[in-house]
Amino acid sequence: MSRAYTAPAALTMAILFVVPMGIIAVYSLLSRGTYGGVLPPLTLESYTRLFDPLYAGILWRSAVVATIATVICLVAGFPLALFIARAGRWKNLYLALVILPFWTSFLVRTYAWMFLLRDTGLINTILLSAGVIREPLPLLYNYGAVLVGLVYGYLPFMVLPVYATLERMDKNLLEAAADLGAKPAATLWRVVIPLCKPGLVAGSVLVFIPCLGAYLTPDLLGGGKTILAGTLVQNQFTNARDWPFGAAVSLVLMVIVMLLLTALVRREGETLL
Amino acid sequence: MQSLLELAQISKEYPGHKAVDRVSLAIGHGEFFCLLGPSGCGKTTTLRMIAGFEQPTAGDVKLRGVSLIGRAPYERDVSTVFQNYALFPHLTVRGNVEFGLRHKRRMRNSADLNQRVDAALELVQLTGKASRLPAQLSGGERQRVALARSLILEPEVLLLDEPLSALDPNLRKQMRAELKALQRRIGVTFLFITHDQEEALTLSDRLAVMNGGRLEQVGTPQQVYLEPATRFVAGFLGAMNWVNGCGVRPEATRLSHQLPANGCRSLPAVVRASTFLGNCLHVESDLASGECVVAEVSRFDVPFQPGDAVHVWWQPQDQLDLPA
Repeated sequence: MSRAYTAPAALTMAILFVVPMGIIAVYSLLSRGTYGGVLPPLTLESYTRLFDPLYAGILWRSAVVATIATVICLVAGFPLALFIARAGRWKNLYLALVILPFWTSFLVRTYAWMFLLRDTGLINTILLSAGVIREPLPLLYNYGAVLVGLVYGYLPFMVLPVYATLERMDKNLLEAAADLGAKPAATLWRVVIPLCKPGLVAGSVLVFIPCLGAYLTPDLLGGGKTILAGTLVQNQFTNARDWPFGAAVSLVLMVIVMLLLTALVRREGETLL
Repeated sequence: MQSLLELAQISKEYPGHKAVDRVSLAIGHGEFFCLLGPSGCGKTTTLRMIAGFEQPTAGDVKLRGVSLIGRAPYERDVSTVFQNYALFPHLTVRGNVEFGLRHKRRMRNSADLNQRVDAALELVQLTGKASRLPAQLSGGERQRVALARSLILEPEVLLLDEPLSALDPNLRKQMRAELKALQRRIGVTFLFITHDQEEALTLSDRLAVMNGGRLEQVGTPQQVYLEPATRFVAGFLGAMNWVNGCGVRPEATRLSHQLPANGCRSLPAVVRASTFLGNCLHVESDLASGECVVAEVSRFDVPFQPGDAVHVWWQPQDQLDLPA
């Protein structure tokens, strides 16, 4: 393709990607200002602080939470996508229902979860008045609530690419498998899931990345008790007034994601791209 | 003789549309049987009902006298070669060919599996391609994998759904000959679906012609071509001239500049056009009635030029009287 055609794209990438990344990188190497902001001299101190067990632990926990959320999205999203792909004329309705939550703000939806999960929330009120429990269940402000929020928020990003892969799949392959003696479970395991791999990989990437850096969900549903990477970064830029460290944490998160994606593309290059 | 596969008045009705209308057929053991018809005639639906992908709305399908109705495809001792081959793209040739042995025949021993797969690949001349993926194969090779994948199961009936239609014409003719030779060698009953009359005539022991969901005629290629039961069959199996309601094939239609001296009835005509086809010529002539007849003329024959006054005639036995 001619350079003239790619120039707008290159410019967009430069303004929206390269320049901000450069700013973050430079900030992460400077010293903190007393009231926020950055000052000289250049230092690697922000990076060495990342090895502090406190911060390394937060990054590790974030990775674990994001991984669990991704696995739950995989396990819940694949059957849902399969169901929609086989729903015949109801397909478009179900797809619309999957996309429907995007019409409201994520913040409002997270508050709705708080309304459901808190001690005086809908779930506890119903269980209490039905006599199932005596004390309210601690549903909010823990990792469970964070996972519920993350899975709820990012499940559509799993369902949509998996659905697209299933939809493209040659229906004759399923008939061929049955013809060759495979019962439905064997067809699912030996044919459908392997052929669905690109969709499952794409969905996992789309869920894992935002979960790793999620700020809103852990902050609201986790309360103050569950500090994850997103909250850590936010804290550095506000309360802690340590912009260089905040920049270093976000840069490290980005590098982790980049490394993961590169490894994935190397391995799955053909099917993913 | 007890037939191997029997269709008894099977129908497939969709809302407002009868795809297959009371089709009855009996196919014998070891037969190469073609189901011929234009697209949308119900031949593929018929095949899919035998394979078990569709359930008939009425009638019965019997294999060795036992009804297959209500049995899933994986419980039927037939196998299908799909039009687009439907090879599993994520499995190698070996993985594709052994798929049925693992699932339908429940074979687990890898030494046995490998031996059987190698034998099947040798049968279709694909030795050495076992570790390729379908995407790395040519169209003809994919076709052979699809064949091997089904044949390795030694099904009672092999169902082939227009398997040659995706190949280019030269390869199609070559595969046609190979397929026929293969079927003779292994003796498996073939039910072959096609819309290509030449394919059906050259391949089949017997064939059935379908139209509009109904069976028009069943017979040997000679019977169906030479003694078509209906005007549809006559027209579908080859070109046909219609003169006063009688049908004559172009190759039976004779032209001469002089009145034929053999006593055959002849009709005066004027040559309209002559087309050179390589091995012969097709000469179109207008009859006084306004009907146009095509005669297949040898290129060693006297040339016929447009505008020539000619006599059109044929042997009485070559004339077909078919009700409209």
